[in-house]
Amino acid sequence: MFVYADNAATTSVSKTALEAMLPYLTEEFGNPSSLYAFGQRAKEGLEQAREDIARCINADAREIYFTSGGSEADNQAIISAARLGARKGKKHIISTAFEHHAVLHTLKKLEKEGFEITLLDVHADGVVRLEDVEKAIREDTALVTVMFANNEIGTVQPITEIGALCREKKIPFHTDAVQAAGHMPIDVKAMNIDMLSMSGHKFHAPKGVGVLYCRRGIPLTNVIEGGAQERGRRGGTENVAGIVAMAAALKESCEHMEENTAKIIPMRDKLFAELSKIPHSKINGSLEHHVPGTVNMCFEGIEGESLLLMLDDRGVCASSGSACTSGSLDPSHVLLAIGLPHEVAHGSLRLSIGEYNTMEQIDHIIEVVPQVVDYLRNMSPVWDELQKGERPHLI
Amino acid sequence: MALYSEKVMDHFRNPRNMGKIDDADGIGEVGNAKCGDIMRMYIKVDDEGVITDCKFNTFGCGSAIATSSMATELIIGKPIDEALKLSNQAVVEALDGLPVHKIHCSVLAEEAVRAAVKDYYDRRGIAYDPEQFQFTDEEEEHTHQTED
Ligand SMILES: Cc1ncc(COP(=O)(O)O)c(C=O)c1O
Repeated sequence: MFVYADNAATTSVSKTALEAMLPYLTEEFGNPSSLYAFGQRAKEGLEQAREDIARCINADAREIYFTSGGSEADNQAIISAARLGARKGKKHIISTAFEHHAVLHTLKKLEKEGFEITLLDVHADGVVRLEDVEKAIREDTALVTVMFANNEIGTVQPITEIGALCREKKIPFHTDAVQAAGHMPIDVKAMNIDMLSMSGHKFHAPKGVGVLYCRRGIPLTNVIEGGAQERGRRGGTENVAGIVAMAAALKESCEHMEENTAKIIPMRDKLFAELSKIPHSKINGSLEHHVPGTVNMCFEGIEGESLLLMLDDRGVCASSGSACTSGSLDPSHVLLAIGLPHEVAHGSLRLSIGEYNTMEQIDHIIEVVPQVVDYLRNMSPVWDELQKGERPHLI
Repeated sequence: MALYSEKVMDHFRNPRNMGKIDDADGIGEVGNAKCGDIMRMYIKVDDEGVITDCKFNTFGCGSAIATSSMATELIIGKPIDEALKLSNQAVVEALDGLPVHKIHCSVLAEEAVRAAVKDYYDRRGIAYDPEQFQFTDEEEEHTHQTED
């Protein structure tokens, strides 16, 4: 059995999205910036997509900017707010310790330019506290950027409340909603969001296309200089087919959100319930504030990469926050941010499921994960020491 | 392209000599859990000083398991002096290569063998040059890592 359980990494392109984009890859290949009617038809597709996406998040079409994905949207939102702040002498930015690297690395760059960055604690449950945001706000705060939902542990942040606070204090508020868009309701007006990032490939559109929503009145700084596309705020001929697919995918996801969620939640809960029976395992992140499809757990005494390789052999695609999979010597910054010791974080497993998964696939996961954990523990000197009481159990 | 060679995957999937030796003549453990890999190597040595058996327990990634497995194969049947000459490079070559960021796993495998031999020497009261048994401190490596 093949089980794709890594939907937080990327998703398949839906039939609807594929069908919507095909004409723009074939007969309607015009450049939307061209004057003639043929080009203008591509332009119409582009503008229709902009309207459709705006409607999905209760924005105005003029507040939607197309980008190459979530990372670019995050970069541009943060850089824009920083430049705006700096012009007023404000050089302090508030964010959280477990943001995506698209945010964290942009902040690091600004830090080198003289900005002061406050990264808020996300506590053991992976949820930022409003009081912490409030306490961190200063006279010179130029931006608050807090992700909507975390990509590794799936916890959802109090966005509406943080938005209201920032609105009151007149501080621009950005949220990286890459993991939330298409999976949870988003209303930029009701949630007081000034800027928001999305990425098509997380909700069944192709990779390499995303959105930056920017509330009217907030000036954007270009990250990509070029032609007059995107009202001069993002140079480069638009990825018309990708954008059209993204609009179709988002519309479809939003229209079917309730039924998708109703399908995903029982699968997720079964995973949590069954995999929690593995001794010395731990669920990461608050279950109360959670995106529908993400399951993150740690199993003591084993290492994540070998777990993933063994699951791959058994048809299951998943991910981990171990050092070997994070590409550095340290395990994932997200797991460390919620206070997990390194030893425990190395044994993490993320399963992220979507509406295309089935209960049979969940049963397969539930069958193979305990077997693989058992096998690796049997091989592990760490587990041996834990069993003999020579090393204290941490979970 | 696959992350690992066929050889690595074979040793990962079917590790050779995995387990413990209850009456081992030497046991060596290197690495640390904080860094995500620990290897424990058990050896049996006969009166001629030949390693007659070797088993391993490993906590770590795919290449940590594969290098442990390969290292046991490379030293079983070898006299101690020869086992001590096992280089991480020899383990890497026997596995048809490792990704650059996994080379440290082969270093651990080499060191696990030496740690087991050191334990054997200690138990038998055999004199040795301590210089020969210096192991890398992974935590130390951590602090030297530069981030950008
Ligand atoms: C929370 C979050 N932000 C940003 C990104 C980056 O998006 P993209 O891959 O479209 O650049 C991702 C996806 O990897 C993500 O999960």
